[in-house]
Amino acid sequence: MPSIGLHHYLALSAVVFCIGIYGMLTRRNAIGVLMSVELMFNAANIALVAFGRFVTPQLVTGQVVAAFTIAVAAAEATVALAIVLLIYQHHRGIDVDRINIMKW
Amino acid sequence: MSAFDLTKFYADWQIILPECFLFVWALFVLTLATLGKKDEPGRSGTFALWTILGALITAVWVGVTADGAAFGGTFVFDRLAVVFKEVVLGGVILTAISSIGTVGRLEVHRGEYYGLILLSAVGMLLMVSATELLTLYIAIELSTMGLYVLAAYHKGSRRSAEAGLKYVILGGISSAILLYGVAWLYGLTGTTNLAAIKDAVMNIYMSTGGFPPAMTLALIFVLAGFGFKLALAPFHMWAPDVYEGAPTPITAFLSVASKAAALAAFLRVFFVGLESAAMAWTQMIAALAALGMIVGNVTAIVQTNIKRMLAYSSVAQIGYILVGAVARDTWGATAISFYTMAYLFANMGAFICVIAFSERTGSDEIADYNGLAARSPVLAAFFALFLLSLTGIPPTAGFLAKYYVFLAAVNAGYLWLVIVGLLTSVIALYYYATVIRKMYFPSGETASTITVSKSLTLALVISTIGVLFFGVFPGPFVGWIQNAAQMLLAGK
Repeated sequence: MPSIGLHHYLALSAVVFCIGIYGMLTRRNAIGVLMSVELMFNAANIALVAFGRFVTPQLVTGQVVAAFTIAVAAAEATVALAIVLLIYQHHRGIDVDRINIMKW
Repeated sequence: MSAFDLTKFYADWQIILPECFLFVWALFVLTLATLGKKDEPGRSGTFALWTILGALITAVWVGVTADGAAFGGTFVFDRLAVVFKEVVLGGVILTAISSIGTVGRLEVHRGEYYGLILLSAVGMLLMVSATELLTLYIAIELSTMGLYVLAAYHKGSRRSAEAGLKYVILGGISSAILLYGVAWLYGLTGTTNLAAIKDAVMNIYMSTGGFPPAMTLALIFVLAGFGFKLALAPFHMWAPDVYEGAPTPITAFLSVASKAAALAAFLRVFFVGLESAAMAWTQMIAALAALGMIVGNVTAIVQTNIKRMLAYSSVAQIGYILVGAVARDTWGATAISFYTMAYLFANMGAFICVIAFSERTGSDEIADYNGLAARSPVLAAFFALFLLSLTGIPPTAGFLAKYYVFLAAVNAGYLWLVIVGLLTSVIALYYYATVIRKMYFPSGETASTITVSKSLTLALVISTIGVLFFGVFPGPFVGWIQNAAQMLLAGK
């Protein structure tokens, strides 16, 4: 049985990243868009940890960066959700297509 | 495990002192804001101003007394850091002064406004000094996190909320893209330290005689991440909406301080870390710079809202700044730094004029600037001066800035880019001059006179001094930043 190597992790990371981009482009719900952004963060985390494990096995740089990123993404999600709540108070909905007072 | 070295410990913390100072006082301002039942309009603003002045003095002092890297080479306080820290703090000071009126009209959360500005400024200062990708990434996040909230600060305004949402979503996407690029860069080089990345990239090039596709991909991702941050075309789509919807002092803050910090980080990442990959990114930067100048200037013509027009004009300005980046030498770095300085005063000044105008009239429409020269001769004169500096007319700093940038590009053999720059400057002159013509040669009747508040006058005078001083006596300053650029490129 072939073992799971760096390339498998990187392929997974690329797939997750693409799903994130796809979701971000197609989702109409603000929460859905934010979830897609979280997917993109997690794709980067998978790549970081995989590189950390395979490229620099004696160091933990990749893992440390990933740990920091998780914290940053959590903080970002907090701020984003607060703003989505604000949008809901104004628009009674969070459909990103309808939030378009400003154009061009 | 080495023994604890007290001298080293002190040296490290001395280098990061300006950030610590600003951070502690930011927390103090935030705490004060939550404790006070009813915040008097001026109190937190006064605190914030003294804090920033303190940080400015500390930064100068650290710049004079300490030098070099700290925390295992993740953080550096070199000449370039001094230059950009002063620019960022200058932007923060002008923002704080020009916010006084805006904050006074807020009903709640007055203190938090300044607290967030200060926290964001801490992030920007860290960004200027970061020489390691994780430190840089955290600094970028710290600076934008506060800005997301500040963009949506007018809770009652739909536009402000919309600006906040657009900024937080696109900011999040850009930060994820940047992080993905960072991950690949780390995977290819095995390190996150910029100096080590430089050597590793050189090794990759030497051993394979080129770059693997993954390297190009990583470069594109990192460049896209920076592009969002700098509102560089084609990653500028968030800028006009956020600039229009956000409270105007925050717009000014976004367009000046945040961009100055990002430019310093750009210089460190691209001129030092990815220097050996220059042949892979120079063409990309040249294309993006040309696109920025064209898209920004052409779209600015049709705008009817002054904040949107300035947003597109700043997209173009970033294009001009990056013209200096194709040179990749001392002159390029010097031109970029000088342009940032000139841009700080001119753009900040222009936004302060917009604040002064909308404070009295409640309007941001260009049509309402009709006959401003009769309503307030002083304000019209200031505004005209800043617009001329943005265009690049002598004797303003904007002229010299453009001259240096174009000179650097010509020396690097990018004549076509300079021609694009000159042609788009003519377009820029057209829409800036349209505003000036409206102010001085009104059609129809003009309304009552406009008075400018004392704090805004002070901010305007500071900006004017900056625009004229660096336009007329650039010599000593240019020598100083040239020195900084040399040290940056020499890796010292």
